[in-house]
Order: sequence, then C-alpha cells, then structure tokens
Amino acid sequence: MDTLKQKILTIIEKNSRIDMKELAVLLGTGEVEILNAMQEMQDEGIICGYHTMIDWEKTGIERVTALIEVRVTPQRGKGFDDIAERIYKYPEVDCTYLISGGYDLMVILEGKTLKEVSGFVTNKLSTLDTVMSTATHFILKKYKDHGTIMTRKYEDQREIVSP
Amino acid sequence: MENRKVLSDKTVGLKPSGIRKFFDLVSEMKDAISLGVGEPDFDTPWHIRDEGIYSLEKGRTFYTSNSGLKELRQEICRYMKRTQDIDYVWDKEVFITVGGSEAIDLMFRAMINEGDEVLIPQPSYVSYEPCAILADAAPVIINLKNENQFRLTPEELEAAITPRSKILVLPFPNNPTGGIMEKEDLEAIREIIIKNDLYVLSDEIYGELTYTGKPHVSIASLPGMKERTIVVNGFSKAYAMTGWRLGFACGPQEIISQMVKIHQYAIMCAPTTSQYAAVEALRNGDDDVRMMRESYNERRRFVLHMLNEMGIPCFEPMGAFYVFPCIKEFGLSSEDFANRLLAEEKVAIVPGTAFGDSGEGFLRISYAYSIDNLRKALTRLSRFVARLRETK
Repeated sequence: MDTLKQKILTIIEKNSRIDMKELAVLLGTGEVEILNAMQEMQDEGIICGYHTMIDWEKTGIERVTALIEVRVTPQRGKGFDDIAERIYKYPEVDCTYLISGGYDLMVILEGKTLKEVSGFVTNKLSTLDTVMSTATHFILKKYKDHGTIMTRKYEDQREIVSP
Repeated sequence: MENRKVLSDKTVGLKPSGIRKFFDLVSEMKDAISLGVGEPDFDTPWHIRDEGIYSLEKGRTFYTSNSGLKELRQEICRYMKRTQDIDYVWDKEVFITVGGSEAIDLMFRAMINEGDEVLIPQPSYVSYEPCAILADAAPVIINLKNENQFRLTPEELEAAITPRSKILVLPFPNNPTGGIMEKEDLEAIREIIIKNDLYVLSDEIYGELTYTGKPHVSIASLPGMKERTIVVNGFSKAYAMTGWRLGFACGPQEIISQMVKIHQYAIMCAPTTSQYAAVEALRNGDDDVRMMRESYNERRRFVLHMLNEMGIPCFEPMGAFYVFPCIKEFGLSSEDFANRLLAEEKVAIVPGTAFGDSGEGFLRISYAYSIDNLRKALTRLSRFVARLRETK
C-alpha cells in the first residue's frame, strides 16, 4: 500500500467526516489524488463503512453490549467458516471473530436489551448443531473504545502563552 | 549602608520578557483562544510516564551523579551516533541538565571572560541575550531576514565578527520563525567559524521536528566542528516532556567539565525521576516522535494554507512548530497588531518582537494545537484582517 493511502486511513479512522479539501491540505497533496485514493480503497473493500462513535450511556437509552464466547465443532473441509456465517447472518450480531485460544468464535451483540440477548443465545445460538457451548459477558462500563477515552474530555492544561 | 543597593544592577538592567508582558494581558481575558504556546499539545507518551512512575515505586528518589545517570548518558551517546554519526564519550563529553535552557546558561558562564562577544541571531528564543549579559558577555545581535527564510548567511555572520567574537549561537530549527539550517547552509558558514576560532552553541531542541523529509543535521557533525561545538538538546519538544525539565549538552571535555562544575554547585543534578523516564524515551520513543512529527506537519500545512487564503505572506517554515507570517502591510507594529487582535477577536498570538527587534512586522503562530482549535483561531484572525483592510 502506498504511503498516501496509509496516511489517509490513519486520519479518517479517527475522523471520517473530514472534508476532502482539508484532507488534501493536511497531507500536502491535491484533492483529486485524495478522491482517487479513497475511491480505490472503497472499491477494494479496504474502507468498509463510515460509522459514528456514540456514547449511548449519555443518551439515557437502555442498551447492553454482550460478548459471547462460542465453542463449536469445526466441520470437515469447511473449518469454521460455515458456522461463522450461520451466526453472523443474524442481523442482531454486530461482530463475529475467529479467535485463537480457549474458545473459537467471539460474537458481539450491541445495543440490545438483556432480554433480547438471552433470547438470542438460548433460542438461536445454542440450538445450532455445531455449537458446543457459550459463555456470555456483559460490558459494565466502557473506558476506551476505538482509541477514544470515553471517561474524560481533553482539556488544554498548558499555560496560555509561553516562550 | 545608606548607599547600598538591594539589587544587582546587571539583573535589574535586563529587559523584561516581552512574552511575560503579553502573558499578563492574555491572562486577564477569560475566554481567549491562544496560538501562543511554545510547547507540544501532546501528553508525554504513556510508556515514558509509566517508567517515571515505576522509578518512584522502586524508590529511586535520590540524587544521581552530578552529570546524570550513566544509562541515560550512554543512551544519549547512542542517539548522537545514530542520528548524527558523532561519537561522544559518555562520561567525559555528555551531561544532563535541567532543560536545554540550563545548558545555555552554563556554556556562557563556563566560557565567557568579560567583554567576550556572543553572536546571537534573532529572532530567536528569549534566553540567549540575557544569559549572555549575566555572564558578562557583550551580546552582538545578528538580524536574520525573511527573504533568507531566517537562515544565517555567511555574509551576515562575517559582518558581525570582531576580534572579540567568541561564541556563535545557532538556534535551529528556530523558535519563533520555524526556519532551519540545512547541511549546505551549515557548510557555508563552517569555514568562517573555524577561521575566526569561534565556538558554537548549537541549540537543537527542535532537531526532531523538521519537515523536509531529511533528518536535521547538527553542525557538530561537520569536519572540524565537534571540537568547537556544544550541542544543546533535550526531551521537551521531541517527546512532549516540557514539565519534566530535562536536557543535555554534548561537547569537548574541556568545556563540558567546567559546565558540570557550575551545574554541580548550582543544581546538583537533574531530577532523578525525569532521567529514568528519559532513558525509556530514548530506548523506545522513536515511534512516538514519528507520529507527533507527522501530526505537526499536517497542522503546519493547514495553517500555511489558511494564511495563504487570507493573503498574509509567510515563508514556508520547515522546522519546530511555528509559522512566522509578515503583517507589515497593515501598518501596525507587531505589538499593536497582537493587542488589537486579542481585544477585538480574543485570539492570543505572540508578537514577533518578543523574540528580538528584527521580529518587528511579524507574528509567531504556534501550531501545537488541534486542527479544530487552529481553524477557530485563524477564522477569527481572518475576520480581523479583513476588517483592517476595509478600514485602511
């Protein structure tokens, strides 16, 4: 990957709303080069979406995030891919990762009520043939997410003028 | 004792700092946005802070040797080798100071006899001239020019030299102009320095922050220069460690040993906690420096772009984190401009004259701020400038 693309990704990973003109200024290049690079990366599936980071806790809306460890029996010739697909096709699933170590798949459900999560685990996930066991963890507090510290705001503590 | 004076004439006679005056003015204003800060906006990288905390937990709360921790001096030697290809002997040619500024003071005091001249290019950092005066030197100011991008030219240097010239201060990359001296610029003055038997105080505190794509070159790395140069550097700018107060000096043993003598009587040693943290900075901090440099460079381009849109002329500064635009078209002094900008738009930008008379007609804009903050402040500047032009 060329360095321009890498630099674009570093910036938009933190601020996907940045104006393309401004991005060109910051990186000392033309807007056309930026737009082309962005288009290419979208076509290649490197850029997969532009999401918004929300601290739901501050909205007062009741939501939980559940991390579910899933142990499965891999299938001959297919490994874990088929079972992963069966799981991630549920719209309530936000993330599905294949994990090394004590269990096989990490499934993340975000923004559901406790009832929805338990319903999903007992009725859908556990009943799949290849699923051997599940362990569900609920997130109690988010301190830092996607590199952003959720618990405190940046405050400039410097003297206002200095040599 | 009727005629006894309470205070020293020399100290009382020092000019009050222009920055201080401006600071007092800004402090009175509650919600001013500042572009006036001379230090990074980054926190010290966590692994460096963590090492400082760890040293406290381990009870490393005693003095170090006067010259500083052996590990730190050795790391500094490795740093000078890998960045400048200069070999320094860790226990003879290197020592640790309380910030780069202490080293400036010590070099003058170690070398000056009354009336020796110190050549000081300006605009530059506020300490050189007063420290030279306190050491009984006669400061000789070299006024750098915008059209040379505030580099020191051989002609300017030659014109300032007298038989009493002893030390040349080389403050590059420069605060407040952002100007740098590249290898060929240094080569152009090297022979003049040697021919006139000058010593050099090379203040390289911003050495890690250059944006040409080529690393900073120290004049000490040129032939015949190591033996007549004190390289002053530190951790404040490169590693965002201003509050830790830690710097170092490298140079010929003959001079360093006398600097250490004063340091040992006046200071004892640099803060121990800071020294342990600095070892970590030099061992594992390269990525942090790269990340911060990249970020400063983005902001540098952003500020230059906005000034360009306002039609305010500014040479492209390639170092430190300052731009130094020219405001002569408005017919106001730097101070008047800065004061009015503060009063009318609540933006604090330091007048160029805080860094020497040759800063007249210029402002120092620091870009050690978030893009949002820069945009907000520069939008106000743009409004102010438009108003000035209308009423002209």
